[in-house]
Amino acid sequence: MLDPYKLRKDFQMFRNKTQMQEHDLVFLDNASTTFKPDCVVEAVDQYLLNETSNTHRGDYDLCYNADVKVENARKSISKFIGANENEIVFTSGTSMSINLIAYGYAGKYLTSEDEILITQAEHASNVLPWFKVHEITGCKIDYIPLDKDGRLSPVSVEKAITKNTKIIAVAQVTNVLGFVIDVKEICKIAHKHGVLVVCDGAQSVPHMNVNVKDLDVDFLSFSGHKVCGPTGIGVLYGKYELLEKMDPLMSGGGMNAKFDMCGDVKYLNPPSKFEAGTMNIEGIYGLKAAVEYVDKIGRNNIAEYETHLRKYMIKKMREVPNIIIYNENADAGIITFNVKGVFAQDLATYLNSKGIAIRSGQHCAKILITFLHEVATCRASIYFYTTKEDIDAFVDALKKGGDYLDAYFA
Amino acid sequence: MPISLSPQMMRQIIMDHYENPQFKKTPEDISKYKTINMNSTNCIDDINIYVLVENEIVKECYFDGVACTISTASTDIMCSLVIGKSYKESLYIIEQFKHMIHEEEYDDSVLDEAIVFMNTSKQAARIKCATIGWDGLEDIICHDHKH
Repeated sequence: MLDPYKLRKDFQMFRNKTQMQEHDLVFLDNASTTFKPDCVVEAVDQYLLNETSNTHRGDYDLCYNADVKVENARKSISKFIGANENEIVFTSGTSMSINLIAYGYAGKYLTSEDEILITQAEHASNVLPWFKVHEITGCKIDYIPLDKDGRLSPVSVEKAITKNTKIIAVAQVTNVLGFVIDVKEICKIAHKHGVLVVCDGAQSVPHMNVNVKDLDVDFLSFSGHKVCGPTGIGVLYGKYELLEKMDPLMSGGGMNAKFDMCGDVKYLNPPSKFEAGTMNIEGIYGLKAAVEYVDKIGRNNIAEYETHLRKYMIKKMREVPNIIIYNENADAGIITFNVKGVFAQDLATYLNSKGIAIRSGQHCAKILITFLHEVATCRASIYFYTTKEDIDAFVDALKKGGDYLDAYFA
Repeated sequence: MPISLSPQMMRQIIMDHYENPQFKKTPEDISKYKTINMNSTNCIDDINIYVLVENEIVKECYFDGVACTISTASTDIMCSLVIGKSYKESLYIIEQFKHMIHEEEYDDSVLDEAIVFMNTSKQAARIKCATIGWDGLEDIICHDHKH
């Protein structure tokens, strides 16, 4: 089992004993973002302090060096998810990745006859871009039913597919309910019907082994900052032949081979085709360090540890009077809950007053609310550096809750 | 209202306005009212404010929609404070409330029960909840006055 106490030494946020409301910070909002280990900060610094130069402009050594580093990063990331290097597109994050697919692929090829399938549990990033495709093409958006717990099964996927279905867009792990779905089986079913699978990997890639070739998934996206990397950098994986067919979202420098005054343009091949403008180069340096760091810990180890800690957390949380846990049987380190009679936001504010960071609200999954029949929920989410002491502090605060509104007065 | 309110009393005032808001309802003939929708990305708040105005005097003020404890109580208290007040008086009350929320000098004589939000700045993430209704009313008044 991995040792969270040893790993915490790699993070200044822990070494510094970061305070919140005069308490040691207990950070249980890892589904939202994650802390950055020293190696990531150093990699970003290395670019900013010692290696600043633009890429694709290789007349001098500094540029050449940056080009090499960016391509090395692509190599590390392709290894991290089992892709080929030329299938890794740098984006600003999952939202941009999915928008790229929506506008560049679906917007181009779908018609009013076609249909896209999503679920009620998807994050806004995996809903709203498809609504846009509907606006552009007139295609239909439909929802694959979830089971009573909120899980998506391959059987219901198969049932939901019609002759018009062209794309299925689902999260491998949803950000509120935290079920791990069987992407491999879903891809098998989808491909049998000629349907593409777009997978939102934001909550899965940081926490479990993901191999795109093994899954045979057509597109997969994830965000750097949820896997200990910098913000503003993320990845779109696409099968090369699909990336070739896809249009870029942005055009400009660094993505064209040639153009003339008649408007004839020849784009570069993927992935460069999608990387117009100067990229987030320090972000790429940082993301490389992050995926290598997480890879060294091992995502199998991370998954094993999180499963273990999740069980502990559920057991402790059950001791809290009036607690409602919405996803007790889920797989990932995301626990969604409320305390009966306490408004979710007030509970989160109360925990803030005790130095505990959780998330309340609708967690960017606003259509899930109709499934949960709740206006808002609280979400606590863990990572490999979360300790039993974090959980104890959290549960202890919940038990002592009582008058939650005191956070405003005390 | 005495400034020496105990935390228990403050909590009770907020809970009373949350559980039994006097002004949380949708008026029958909406067309007579000036309205605005206010929503927040960091909380669930998504409220409509309805103001009935005669000669720049607030005759009625209501709100409906989805709102958290803090925004419900705060908006309900706001409605109670501005009814019967002119635009100018209402804007003064709104201004004083915001001064209080942002820990600046303020005139507590016009805030009555609204002073229960005096410590909201301690929970900075909730300032938006405490002010969302007030921002909406300010928008309505300023927009209307311009015309």
